[in-house]
This record gives sequence, structure tokens and C-alpha cells, in this order.
Amino acid sequence: MADSGSRPNAFPLKPIMVIGATISIAAIAFVYTAGWITPHRLTPTKLVAALLPSKGPALGHRRNHAKGICFSGAFDANGAGSELSKAKVFERGQYPVVGRFNIAGPDPQVPDAMVPVRGLGIRIMDPDGQEWRSAMIDAPVFAAPTPRAFFEFLTASASKDPNAFKQYSSTHPEIFTFISWVKGHSRTESWTEDRFNSLDSFVFIDKAGAKSVVRWSFLPYTKPVAVSPEELVKREPDFLEEDIIERVVAAPQSWNLVITVANPGDPTSDPTRAWPADRRMVNVGTLTVRQIELEVDGPCRDINFDPSVLPAGMTTSDDPFPAARSAAYRVSHNARMEESSSYPHTQKEGK
Amino acid sequence: MTTQRTRFAAPQRFLHWFMAACIISMLLIGVGMISTIAPKYLTLLAIHKPLGVTILGLALIRLALRIYYGAPALPADLPIPMKLAAELSQYVFYALMIGMPLIGWGMLSAASHPVILFGSVHLPPILPLNANLYSLLRRTHYFLGFAFFALILMHVAALLFHKLVRKDGIFEAMAPSFISHQTDELIQRNQ
Repeated sequence: MADSGSRPNAFPLKPIMVIGATISIAAIAFVYTAGWITPHRLTPTKLVAALLPSKGPALGHRRNHAKGICFSGAFDANGAGSELSKAKVFERGQYPVVGRFNIAGPDPQVPDAMVPVRGLGIRIMDPDGQEWRSAMIDAPVFAAPTPRAFFEFLTASASKDPNAFKQYSSTHPEIFTFISWVKGHSRTESWTEDRFNSLDSFVFIDKAGAKSVVRWSFLPYTKPVAVSPEELVKREPDFLEEDIIERVVAAPQSWNLVITVANPGDPTSDPTRAWPADRRMVNVGTLTVRQIELEVDGPCRDINFDPSVLPAGMTTSDDPFPAARSAAYRVSHNARMEESSSYPHTQKEGK
Repeated sequence: MTTQRTRFAAPQRFLHWFMAACIISMLLIGVGMISTIAPKYLTLLAIHKPLGVTILGLALIRLALRIYYGAPALPADLPIPMKLAAELSQYVFYALMIGMPLIGWGMLSAASHPVILFGSVHLPPILPLNANLYSLLRRTHYFLGFAFFALILMHVAALLFHKLVRKDGIFEAMAPSFISHQTDELIQRNQ
């Protein structure tokens, strides 16, 4: 008290320093938390940037799996899923679905034959307003074991340094499993003949609270017919979209939803590692696609098929990808929502 | 509205400090969660939504208490600009405490993204799916988050200024009881 108390007009140096220090520490804590002074942190913005082609993004479109088409339909649960998860969508009944068939890559104009990876996004809605969203691809395993490894793989693949990929693959030999699938798997002429896999694992919780670690797949009703890549290149650039429109107009198209349950000790955190083929599988119902709509005016266009959106009875597992994908999808979704004028609707909404 | 009391009522003081902890956590969670792809992103996001709704509820209660109890008068010798800043900042704080959760809720609604509080408990959408509306609300939520933290820094600086330099009792008006009592004793001893 003595100092400032005895000389009330003196400049209050000590209090001002206390104030300055307090505010500075608080501001630094905030900026640190925001990641502005930690350049090593892998932000979702960096991950999404690594997916972009050198010419930049296609404005208004998804940053990856940019080319796609919307559908609506339903999921008919047979009730068998209820022994694994208390989620409402597994109780016998019908639940509306909005989804999107797509192909990988950042270019919405790419000819379908050029892209070896195909995907399916779905949003299953229960009557209570809970949702199950999932984005799957037709590969049996993923390219990289962790989000950071995936980022390094993308960076190495885009690098002009000829040794970059060699360096990556020397520490990540699992990439060759993915590459050999990309080059060698038998292709089809239709999404309706493709199988789509969650790749990531999730945890299902039943009514008693018991947990199972699972992955899931949508298996096509339609028998796949292999078509050589040379043959596909001769097709129309949008042959997949033309095919699905034609098939769904003729008849609804269906997939079985099959849940695979891990045994203790299975690699649940690493989507590059398949589980043994003898694992328990539960057929929980049927996805039926009833209507196709072009993405530009379709119901999937502004939806983010964020794989972390799960109903009660499902959660993420020790697999780090759903969190990373959720963060990256958010950045992609935010960007394309900002750019929506570059990808305008062709019809007025509500028509 | 002012009263003859020199301190805020006990429920007001409790809500002030409890909400201060909630809001500072909320702002750090907000900037932290959008900066990472690590699994903690989903944990932080799962806290952000119910905590935001909690803050909204508490802010409405606090507003009611503020109207009911009023506030102690500012010191008569407080310079006019400081008086104005003190009055104005209260309006801005209430607007942010009530506005930020609503903007966040509206923003997710406009993206047709569910607002899950816990388990199967979730909020209904309050706006229709609309890309432009989503972008506007998201930008607003983002920038107001920074503005909110900046305002808190100014608020803390002002409080320390009142406590350490002016010693005018403004800090004591909102201080928790044990600190106020200590200060009272200190003042009495010095006198």
C-alpha cells in the first residue's frame, strides 16, 4: 500500500505491469489453443489443402469425392441389429434415407472411367430426429493407418521430389495393399453392383450397455459384372450417373447392410488392416434407393456426410479417422457453402 | 436500474463467476476444437454444444436477476467515459451470452446438422437448410467468439485497474464473499 498510497499522483507502474502481464498471458493461452503459434499442428484446413489439385478447388463442390449424384430412399431394418446396438434405426421398421453416390477426387468434371475409387454417403433418419451418417468407399481397406500418415501420403504423392513417395512407402508398406487394389480390382459399370465399406471401426452399444466394435458394409443385391478399365474408357464420361438414373427409373435398387463384429485383439484403430474373414457378420436390413436427383438441385447437395454424426447406441472407437474426417469434412462443407453462388441451383427451391 | 447496495446480490455474484468459468472454457474449446483433427475434436465438440445451451439458460436467469435486483451504483467520481464503457459493456456481454448460443444453434440448423446434447437428447432445428444463411451465421459465430474473448480481456484489465489503481470498490461489488471480506478487513486495519 505504501508506495502508491502515499503518492497518489505517481504513475502506477506496478499495477499497470500486473494488468499487462495478466492480459498477455491470457491472450497467449487463447492464441496457443487456436493453433496460431503451433505450426506443427495438423489442422483440418491443412489436410483439406493437401487433397486439392494444383489448379485449385472446384468452387461450390466437395473438396474430395467432388463428383456425385443424390438419391433418396429408405432403410428397412429387420430388427437383427438391435442385439448389437440400441439405435432406433435397427428396430424393425422403415427409416427415410438421403444419400449420394460419388467417385473420388477433387474434380466434378472428371470422366467416370478415370477414377478407380467410388463412394456412398448416407443419412438415415429416425422418427425421434436422431441421425446416422456415413461415408463409405468401395475399397476393402484404407490407404493410410493414421490421419497424419494419410496427410504425409497426400503430400508425398503431390511432391515433385521423385524420392518423396519412396520415402513415404519405406515406412508405410501398407500403402502397397491399397495401390494394388486400386490398380487390380475388378471394376463394374454401375454403383448398383458395388460394395461400400465403412473401413473405420465404430462402437455399438446395446440396451444393456454392452459394447461391440464393428465395421459395416453395404452389399449390392445386383450381381457384379466385371468390366475392364479399357472397356470403361470407351463409355460416356458420365456413364455411372446415366446408369444409376436408368436403373432406378426401371426399379428400386437395393443393398444389404451387414455389420461385422471385431474379436478382442482385432486391429480396430487401423483401417488399413482388414479383420479376418471369419468374424461374426449380422445382416441388419436393406437400403433401397427409390429416386435419383442430380446433385445441383438434389437433397444431398448441402448435406455433410460427417461420419461422426451417430445416433445414441453408436459412438466412435479408437480409430482416429472419424474425428479427422469430421473435422476435414467440416472445412470442406464450410468452403463450399461460402461458394454456393458458384454452383447455383438450376430450379427454385420448393419446386 | 441501481440500488443502494454496494455489492451485487449473492446469486448474481455466484452466476457471474460460474458463468465466467463456463464462458472462458467455451471460447477456448471453440478455437481449440476447430484447429485440430485429433480425436479430442469430437470430445470438445460434444462439450461445446451442451455447454452452450447451459450458458444460454444461465444467461436468461441472470438477466432476470439483473432486472429483479438491479446493480450497485457506480462510484460518483468515475469519469464519464469509464462510466459509459462500464454501462455499455454490460449490454454487450448480455447480448453475447444470449446471442452466441442462439447463433451456434441456428448455424447448425441452417446446415441441417444435428445439435446433440447428450445421448439421444438433441435440439430441434430452428432454421431451414440454407447455404447462405449457414455461411453468414458461421462467420458471425466465429468473429463474435474472438470479439467475446477480446471483451473479456478488456473486462479483466478494467477490473484490475479498478482494484489496483483506482481502488474504488467496483471489483468488490462482484467479488466472491471471502475476497470482499478480506478486503473490508484490510481497509479497516489500514484505517
